[in-house]
Parts: sequence; C-alpha cells; structure tokens
Amino acid sequence: MDKNEHRRIGVYICHCGLNIAGTVDVEEVAEYAGTLDSVAVSRHYRYMCSDPGQALIKEDIKNLGLNRVVVASCSPRMHELTFRSACQDGGLNPYLYEQANIRELCSWVHNDKKIATQKAKDIVRAAVRRVYWNEPLEVKEAPVNPDVLVVGGGIAGIQASLDIANGEHKVYLVEREPSIGGHMIQLDRTFPTLDCSECILTPKMSEVGSHPFIELLAYSEVEEVSGSIGNFKVKVRKKARHIDESKCIGCGVCMEKCPWKVDSEFEVGLAKRKAIYIPFAQAIPNLATVDADLCAYIQSGGKKCGACIKFCEAGAITKETLLNQTDQIVEFEVGSIIVATGYDVFDPSVMPQYGYDKYDNVITGLEFERLTCAAGPTGGRILLKDGREPKSVAIIHCVGSRDRNYHEYCSRVCCMCGLKYAHLIKESTNAEVYEMYIDMRCFGEGYEEFYKRVCEEGVTFIRGKVARVTDRATTEEEKGKLVVSVVDTVLGSLMQVPVDMVILLTALEARSDAEQVAKTFTLNRRADGFFLERHVKLDPVATPTDGVFIAGCCEGPKDIPDTVAQASAAAAKVLSLISKGRITLESAVAQVDETRCLGCGRCEEICDFHAPRVIHTDGRWVSTVNETLCKGCGACAVACPTGAMSIKHFTQDQILSMVDALSEV
Amino acid sequence: MNEFEPRIIAFACNWCTYAAADLAGTSRIHYAPNVRVVRVMCSGMVNPIYALKAFEGGADGVLIAGCNYSDCHYLNGPIKCDAMFARLKKLVHTLGLEDERLRRERISASEGVIFARVIDEMVEQLKKLGPSPLKGAREKAPSPFERAREEATV
Repeated sequence: MDKNEHRRIGVYICHCGLNIAGTVDVEEVAEYAGTLDSVAVSRHYRYMCSDPGQALIKEDIKNLGLNRVVVASCSPRMHELTFRSACQDGGLNPYLYEQANIRELCSWVHNDKKIATQKAKDIVRAAVRRVYWNEPLEVKEAPVNPDVLVVGGGIAGIQASLDIANGEHKVYLVEREPSIGGHMIQLDRTFPTLDCSECILTPKMSEVGSHPFIELLAYSEVEEVSGSIGNFKVKVRKKARHIDESKCIGCGVCMEKCPWKVDSEFEVGLAKRKAIYIPFAQAIPNLATVDADLCAYIQSGGKKCGACIKFCEAGAITKETLLNQTDQIVEFEVGSIIVATGYDVFDPSVMPQYGYDKYDNVITGLEFERLTCAAGPTGGRILLKDGREPKSVAIIHCVGSRDRNYHEYCSRVCCMCGLKYAHLIKESTNAEVYEMYIDMRCFGEGYEEFYKRVCEEGVTFIRGKVARVTDRATTEEEKGKLVVSVVDTVLGSLMQVPVDMVILLTALEARSDAEQVAKTFTLNRRADGFFLERHVKLDPVATPTDGVFIAGCCEGPKDIPDTVAQASAAAAKVLSLISKGRITLESAVAQVDETRCLGCGRCEEICDFHAPRVIHTDGRWVSTVNETLCKGCGACAVACPTGAMSIKHFTQDQILSMVDALSEV
Repeated sequence: MNEFEPRIIAFACNWCTYAAADLAGTSRIHYAPNVRVVRVMCSGMVNPIYALKAFEGGADGVLIAGCNYSDCHYLNGPIKCDAMFARLKKLVHTLGLEDERLRRERISASEGVIFARVIDEMVEQLKKLGPSPLKGAREKAPSPFERAREEATV
C-alpha cells in the first residue's frame, strides 16, 4: 500500500457489557477517538465480538471506505483473530487491523472512572497512531507433516499415541525408561472401582508394542527439536541397552544369572534388581537392559563376570554388545508434538518432622502401592519392615501439598489414594486405620460414594494437619510404636496416636528436569513448575508454541480419568491439524531493505533459527531471510547496524508511533 | 498542588509479560494506573531507540519485561535483551537520567501478581525521583511522526 495513501480509520469502542463500560466512559472515549487524525468513524457498541458488532465493521469498510480498523476491547490474545477475520470478510487485509486492550490492561485493574477513561483514551490513541503505519501482509500456507512425536510413555502418552495411530497416522513414542507404563504401572489398584492398575493398563501397553503405526523408542530421550508447527525436526538419543535388541526374546535368564544387585527403581527401593534387568514382568518392549555403571563385565573391560554372555541362549548378549555398543542418534521429522512427561513424587525427607528417613515404617504412598501389589516384593501382604503385620496404620494427607513451605497447590489424587489405602488395609489385615486429613476432596465420578463406603468400614478420621511423628514413647501403650501428634480441629484437642505404620501421601510435583524439557520444546512453566497451557480453561492442551501440546501430569497433578481425557484431547488437536493438512505461516517475519543492507552478517550471527543468510548477488553481499524458518522474534532487527532489517507488523515506525502516543501525558 | 503522577512505558513480550498483565486483569489485581503497555513479540525485539524515544517523549520511567531464561518462545530472547539492556543502561546514564528510571524484569505468564507489584514499586520510586529531566524535550523538536503524517496527508 502506498505510503501516501489517504488513511481512513474506523475506531470501535466495546462496552463488553459492564466489563469495560462499568469503569470506562465509553462514549467519551469514542468521542475522543473521533477527533484523532485520520479517523473516519468512531463508534461504541455493547459487544463488538457479537455478530452485529462484527457486522458494524464490515458495513463501515464497505460504506465508508475504511482502510484501517481499531477495536478497543479485550486483550488481543483473546479476540485479535476474531476481528482480523471480520476485517478480512469486509475485504480488508487482516494486518490493517489493530486491537487496543482497554479491558485487561485498564478497566479490570482500575476503579476510578476518570483515571480509567483517560488511560483508555491513551491506549486508543496509541492504537490509532500505530494502525496508521500498519501494512497489508500476505498470508502464506505450508503443508503439515502427518507424523507425530509423543514424549513420555505413561498412561497419557500411551493413550495419545493409540488415538492417533488408530487413525493410521505414524507416531514416534519416546520413553526415557527401559519400558513404557509410567507411574500407573507401579500402582496396585485404582480408585474408586478398585480395578487392578496392571490389568487395565497392560492391554494398552501391548497394543502400543505391536501397533503397525507406532514406532516405540524406549530407553531413549529427545535431545533436540528444531523447526515449527507442521515441520519439526527431532533428534532422539537411543541409549545403549548393551544387548542385541533384534535377538533378545526377554526370557530373563540373564537376570537370574547376573550376580550384581541394586535397588529396583520400579519397586521404589523395596526390592533389588540385577545389573542386567527387565524392570517388570509385562515390560514393553520386553528387552533386557544392562546398567553399565553396575555391570562388572563392562566396568572391568571384559575381565570379570560375563555370566549373562554364557547363559544367553538367544545370543543377544555378546562381548561386542557389552563393551562396544554405544548410544545411537535417531533423526526424523514430525508435524506435531505431544509432551506427556508426567510428574515426580515429592521427597518427604525434606520434612524431618515426619521421620521418613529416620523410621523404617514411615513409607510413601508409592511404596505402599508396591507392598499391596500381588506382584510386589511381599506378594501383596502389607508388612512392616520386620515382617510383622501392622496392628495400626496412620495415613497422613497433604505431605508437601497445600503447604506454603513446599507446594501451595492441592495434588488432587492423595485424598482418594488415602481412602483406597484404608480400604486395602481393612480388607487384608485387622489393623486400625487413621486418616489424618485437612479437607477431604472427593470430586470425581464415584469418589464421594467410595468415601462413604470407607467411612462405614470403621476407619477413624481425624481432621488436622499432623505436626510430628516420633518413636519417643511417653506411655506404656506407645512403647515400640510410632507416635503421631495431631490436633483434631473438630474436637479441638491434641491427639497422640500410637501406630505401627505411617503412610505419607506425598505431593505430585513437576519433574526435576522440567526446565530442560521446557527449553527443548519451547514450553512455558507456571510458578509451581508445571507446564503452562495456552488457556487454563478454554485451551487446556495447547501451549503457546503452535504444534506442541501437553497432556497428563506434566501440566499439573491429575488422576487417571482426567489424564486419559486430556491425552485424547491432545490427540484430537493433533488429528485436526493432520486432517486439515496445512498451516498458516507466520506473516510477521523479518524483511531486508536491500538498499540499506551492507551484508555485515550480524543478523546471521544473532539468529537462533538460521533464517537470515548473507549471500553474494549482483556483485555485493546482502542478507536474505528464509521466511519459513523465521519466527519473527526481532533480534536481527535490533542487531542490524544500518536499520536494513525489520520485522513486518512490528516495524520501528509502528512501535515508535505507539511509544510516541503513550509517552505524552 | 496535584501530586506528581509519573508515566511509565512498559515493553512487554507477547508470550510472558503481556500474558501476565492480562492475567492481572482477569484476576482483577489492581495496580497503579501510570503504566502504558507496548506489546512486542519478544523482549529481544526491543530496540534501545524505543526506550530513548519514550524518555524523549516525556516518559518518566521505562520497563522492559519478558520471559524467564528458560521460558522464551524464541529460545534466547531474554539473553539478547539483557545484552541490549546493558548498552541502553549506559546511554540512559549518559543522558543524565537516574538508573531507577529504567528497569528490566523477567515476568512469566503466570505471574500477574508480580507484574502488578513491579508497576506499583516503580511508580513509588518514580514519585520520589520526581519528573524526568527530559520532560518537555519534545516541544523543542517535534516528533518525526507528526511531521511524516503531515507530509503524507498533504
């Protein structure tokens, strides 16, 4: 569009019901906007985002020949797209539209009508001045690669992978551990129906293992992701298992013969595993993995042991695999990514008052899950460390959750876990059970009913936060027991409860490497460490990075039903992207004014996406921008010493016109 | 006499700080009305000239705020912004402005409360400092945009 073209700007002030009009005098703002330079029409309307509101814009473009539009309403993060398409429908390039945020930035944060109205005028003035300099931009599209990367093989990753693969689209499922299954496979039974966790998960796991559209990359980690929505390039490190994966049949003989032991991660330290191991019976893929740090053969360079080589009938373990196998880098391209990396369990040893490190029979919920599991170290019997059956058990809620010293949030699953433990203890022992809770939160389908059921099973509920667990007995009854001190806030009295076993319902927290994962996938994190969704209510699986979705507990603590629902939601988002088959490219990218470019290469140096490239053409060096690589961050424009580089839709003229308008008091 | 009300220009990155300001709004966290926000895509997009122009135009303080180092939508925007900010700080110092007039923050999308607090703190500080010594500089030299627009509309 010609620089000298006569601007005809339309300004629309939205009341947003009383959201804006309650604090801002919209009529006054509209009147003021009408006096601004180049404004052809200025109106105010109850709801600009409504159909009649949008129709106003379209009609004015047609009837009054508007060539620029400003809507003063909510945040552009809410409705910019709405009004851009309204402009487009009216025959105007969508980039000739500008939104003035007078709701989130003004009417909602101020009370004084006079001050808020003045601020709204300033904001509108800035938008009007800016839109003056806006230029039409071409909207380009690119095809979407239909392959998908799913990161994390817990229930969220499994569900998402299956949903997508069942639509016959290729899925790469990357899991860090030797087997998929995540935390869910470690659980014994699932509330409130008490169906066995393994029994409901393993069919899905084996479906993943044999699915023709899923390529499972277990014992692997994503190292690098580049590109953008529709066309990501992924680099995965496939860690060396030190066995021949094509030959291993998972018979487990090597595990029996291996003499070297260490605490099993799967059994949370309650049992040992060998240096060569399959983490659990139903592991997918069912392959042995060698713990190279523990294997005497590897550590001694082939001088010691070698039992597994001798006994492996399949010939999967050899001197070659043990000593010379190295990590492999696998590279592939995908169009979209689902991150489902799960959670860590809060470490209660940082709360010395609960004596987790000090007393044998203070255990975490996850340890209890393994104790009650029939396939677990005790064959499903609930036993103390000395092999006796407990006569009394205290279940302490909110350990690390709802506690401003650790995590302020509620971990959402612990109340139901605690009730489930109480039920399981009552089912298989004669022990007394005490639930020590702050609030009982049983919100899901069948949860309240389960709470009622446990109440009727003779469990004692004490409402109060536990202060301390000690082994110091003050009465005969307390001798040899753990004494739990808690103020019962219902009775208003201090209770000293002697028990044999204490179960801590520990918080679910963000993974310790969440920061690194966030960087790899360009995700944002909330203050609590979990990944941030694009909109907490209306866009819960999308992230600020297009084409990257999140599901499951990496987004925040949630139970299995919510996790599965979220995973399927993420899969649906991916499938709609694939079925459309193309994406709109970012139009606000870098551009070079070749007459000013000296070909110095500063832009090339500063860009993290390799978008600008200095080339030799017509006898001189000049920068060019690869628009599909450019993300429009603007670093090159700041670095450019001659002002040749600029970002479309965020040019110096456009930004400075706003700065100018806003600095005036 | 009316109390001096400073004017702050805040450059906020679209993905983090602007979202934090939106969140402050959605959560109705009230803060001083002295701030005017300019949305940029990345804090690394802020050219030193923008801050200087804000001071020239009469602003009493400038805030440049974007993502945390680990949150950046464009990988390393905050680092690039830090480098620019260091240069800008020297320029602002040379102009004879107090250091407190220029502030750099990293406010993530979930930190609406922090956005509000930073604005309140800045307003408090600027009230103590009084008006910017550069206020009124614009009268001596009219804005190039005014000129350009006049030329364009002739």
